[in-house]
Amino acid sequence: MSENMNINLKVWRQPSDQNTGSFETYKVQASPDMSFLEMMDVLNEQIIEEGGEPVAFDHDCREGICGMCSMVINGRPHGPKQGVTTCQLHMRSFSDGDTVVVEPWRASAFPVIKDLSVDRGAFDRIIAAGGYVSVNTGNAVDANSVLIPKDTADKAFEAATCIGCGACVSACKNASAMLFVGAKVTQLSLLPQGQAERESRVVAMVNQMDAEGFGACTNTGACAAECPKEIPLSVIATLNREYTSAKLKGR
Amino acid sequence: MSQKLDSKIPAGNLSDKWTQYRSSVSLVNPANKRNLEVIVVGTGLAGASAAATLAEMGYKVKAFCFQDSPRRAHSIAAQGGINAAKNYQNDGDSVYRLFYDTIKGGDYRAREANVHRLAEVSTNIIDQCVAQGVPFAREYGGTLSNRSFGGTQVQRTFYAAGQTGQQLLLGAYSALERQVGVGNVKMYTRHEMIEVVTIDGKARGIIARDLVSGKLERHFGHAVLLCTGGYGNVFYLSTNAMGSNVTAAWKAHKAGAYFANPCFTQIHPTCIPVSGHYQSKLTLMSESLRNDGRIWVPKAQGDKRHPNDIPEEERDYYLERRYPAFGNLVPRDVASRAAKERCDAGYGVGSSGMAVYLDFRSNMMNKYGRAEATKAGIENPDEATLVRLGKEVVKEKYGNLFDMYKQITDEDPYEVPMRIYPAVHYTMGGLWVDYELQTTVPGLYALGEANFSDHGANRLGASALMQGLADGYFVIPYTVGSYLSKEIHTKAIDTQHEAFEAAEKRASERIEKLMGIQGKRSVESYHRELGLIMWDKCGMARSEAGLKEAIEQIRALREDFYKNVRIPGKVNEFNPELDKAGRVADFLELGELMCVDALNRNESCGGHFREEFQTEEGEALRDDDKFAYVAAWENNGDSWTLHKEELNYENIKIQQRSYK
Ligand SMILES: Cc1cc2nc3c(=O)[nH]c(=O)nc-3n(C[C@H](O)[C@H](O)[C@H](O)COP(=O)(O)OP(=O)(O)OC[C@H]3O[C@@H](n4cnc5c(N)ncnc54)[C@H](O)[C@@H]3O)c2cc1C
Ligand code: SF4
Ligand code: FES
Repeated sequence: MSENMNINLKVWRQPSDQNTGSFETYKVQASPDMSFLEMMDVLNEQIIEEGGEPVAFDHDCREGICGMCSMVINGRPHGPKQGVTTCQLHMRSFSDGDTVVVEPWRASAFPVIKDLSVDRGAFDRIIAAGGYVSVNTGNAVDANSVLIPKDTADKAFEAATCIGCGACVSACKNASAMLFVGAKVTQLSLLPQGQAERESRVVAMVNQMDAEGFGACTNTGACAAECPKEIPLSVIATLNREYTSAKLKGR
Repeated sequence: MSQKLDSKIPAGNLSDKWTQYRSSVSLVNPANKRNLEVIVVGTGLAGASAAATLAEMGYKVKAFCFQDSPRRAHSIAAQGGINAAKNYQNDGDSVYRLFYDTIKGGDYRAREANVHRLAEVSTNIIDQCVAQGVPFAREYGGTLSNRSFGGTQVQRTFYAAGQTGQQLLLGAYSALERQVGVGNVKMYTRHEMIEVVTIDGKARGIIARDLVSGKLERHFGHAVLLCTGGYGNVFYLSTNAMGSNVTAAWKAHKAGAYFANPCFTQIHPTCIPVSGHYQSKLTLMSESLRNDGRIWVPKAQGDKRHPNDIPEEERDYYLERRYPAFGNLVPRDVASRAAKERCDAGYGVGSSGMAVYLDFRSNMMNKYGRAEATKAGIENPDEATLVRLGKEVVKEKYGNLFDMYKQITDEDPYEVPMRIYPAVHYTMGGLWVDYELQTTVPGLYALGEANFSDHGANRLGASALMQGLADGYFVIPYTVGSYLSKEIHTKAIDTQHEAFEAAEKRASERIEKLMGIQGKRSVESYHRELGLIMWDKCGMARSEAGLKEAIEQIRALREDFYKNVRIPGKVNEFNPELDKAGRVADFLELGELMCVDALNRNESCGGHFREEFQTEEGEALRDDDKFAYVAAWENNGDSWTLHKEELNYENIKIQQRSYK
């Protein structure tokens, strides 16, 4: 496709978390088959050519699975389309002449590193607090010795597809991380392998989530609406249930 | 010379080697482990599994990755599945058969002992992953489900929809984070290793650059493990992630580690074709699709009709025609070349003519639709019913891949056949390692795709995940002990040591040099140009003349790079362009070595196809008398010396590969 689109970009520029940021405007020629990030590549080549500093943004796999890309596009994390990451968004979702506003994830638990890149280390620390099954290498029994009904396995898989991108936090007015935490807690609480640590896990993860400064959940549902993997809101209900039940048992 | 290439294969019967090795290898007692430090560079399947396991055993581990989280290593993108010789389907699989398929699939250029060990530990991997809570696909009865992959006739591939790599990596990542949480692993994200530090000939640490602050850091380790993935991005366009690079392996190579079989690259047959010059990467459509998708082109050249309007008898299912025994499930190298052959001959489809169809309609209707109709008791179902019922099954198996295809191409593969073309995917070559996964530098190890070890000249589908996890969970924990047991008296070395000083100086001078050029061209433009040279001349088909030309072109491009590249920004700040420049500088050297290696190998085997060496039917023609060896290259600064590791086949009869 060679048809050209003229796009006006308003991009958030911020040298580091020590500085304040502001919007810069740019004009870019794109084609409908380009991905959004390829359009950003074109912008950066243009900026470099003009002797400026390219826009820093995070990205790696560019196929919607690593969770690295993270842009708020026209006010929505990962842009206007349902169920896709920024890297899987294509310019055909925009029209010639559009003005597109691009910002980083906004949340105090995700400080800006530069421009559109933020620090999501808090997510790793939540997993380190309890998002695992404690089984050392070599301790496993034969894989088919524990049968797991297909329905259960499918549900656990569905929760496990979270890519840790942080769009849920960015979408939430309270910057809550409940969808992310709920997804992991749901996966492991469904599976027989996760039972031994079921209660200690949920408490440790929630404590860490609070310590990181994520906000409380007020059940608005913006997280699930913007989640590129369509993690359902029900994982938050599961998280609440698991947490309450662990607390009742004195954890 | 070949003294240095001691592969350290244990004596004894093939199937006893690993057991015997494990029961006789020196151990390190728990008290000593606490004083031994191990650096793990990379947190993909190989690195995360190694770091977690070594930490569980009591070693002090430092792990590094360039992404913002260890969970984002490119292993996350693997779609199709992981092999294991479980024989859960009772279809005649065994450790021996997996071993045999892998050696044959690799076109008889892999080491028997390593591959057998891989097949042996494959079954433990599945057990371990399930214990971690990896949600593999299951049958209604609750048992694990399997599918087939290319180059095999059994169903031994375990999977989690089209997201197997993600689920396996999240398993390894959670084990790693657990060790981070208890303080046994110190994790360094957004860090790039840019030098190996050697002292008295042994690897003793690394220089890493903090990609946020731009500062150089020194890190000591009694041993250093490189788990840094493959170098497919030398081609610019590949299915690898944007950041995938050869830098760590290349710095190791320059520090004395030999680089083995660099020209063995895998071109994957089923990827979404290139659509424009701005394109930054290519997207794989998993090989698992070949279980149910049939590959075809029109029988007539330049047939521009809509694929759904081309009747059955006017379609050429060329894989089924040429390879009746394996059909659409031939190995990747064979399938890729066959696609190129049809497109070069003018039968290709799509606007560029550089694509073939991957069509699900007949299996959707006849295989799944009919079965579902029978289950539902529908007699004489019409076509629409069959499609509707079949679609549900296909959706469950490959839904996310179909969605991804639609997202990228704006076409619905449930209705119209996919258009696919081969793309660079995987690198069989890598750092030369012995049976213990040690490179030619003592104390320096390479795991996963970064080493050359198990796949010969062509890797079978679903075997890279297996190898990464085998290396990390089950091999290195033993083999590194063989080295570290002799290091228990070595105290941690102060990073003020002159070797660290010198390595850091090398690194910073290199960075200053790059920043000082201040030319006109972007890093990206050099990378793209290198990629084109590599794809045209060292890609799916190679020739003596082409390779010689490529070497000249790469040298000229490299020279120009050091005169004209423009890197904006500063050294001591977050500067992705500078990171990229360092990686492209290394690709510009690696590309030359790949061509040198391809030129040296006067035969065709697996993914290495030299136009001069083919059978009458256009199949790869090996020369076992002259080339049954691993080509391991030593770096001499501006040239390379070839060392050969002869491959001895004691258990498998080496023969012409046939999938007919
Ligand atoms: C799209 C795709 C699909 C695939 N599907 C399958 C499949 O279905 N089955 C299968 O078996 N195989 C598949 N493969 C192949 C397989 O995924 C890879 O070979 C394997 O995952 C590589 O694992 P690894 O641990 O060696 O490296 P990677 O997962 O690539 O990890 C590399 C790590 O090294 C780090 N790193 C690299 N350089 C540096 C540096 N200089 N400094 C610091 N850190 C560094 C990175 O940050 C990363 O953590 C697929 C590959 C691709 C690209
Ligand atoms: S729950 Fe969804 S939005 Fe949140 S991190 Fe996971 S994938 Fe991203
Ligand atoms: S770049 Fe990996 S999900 Fe977008």
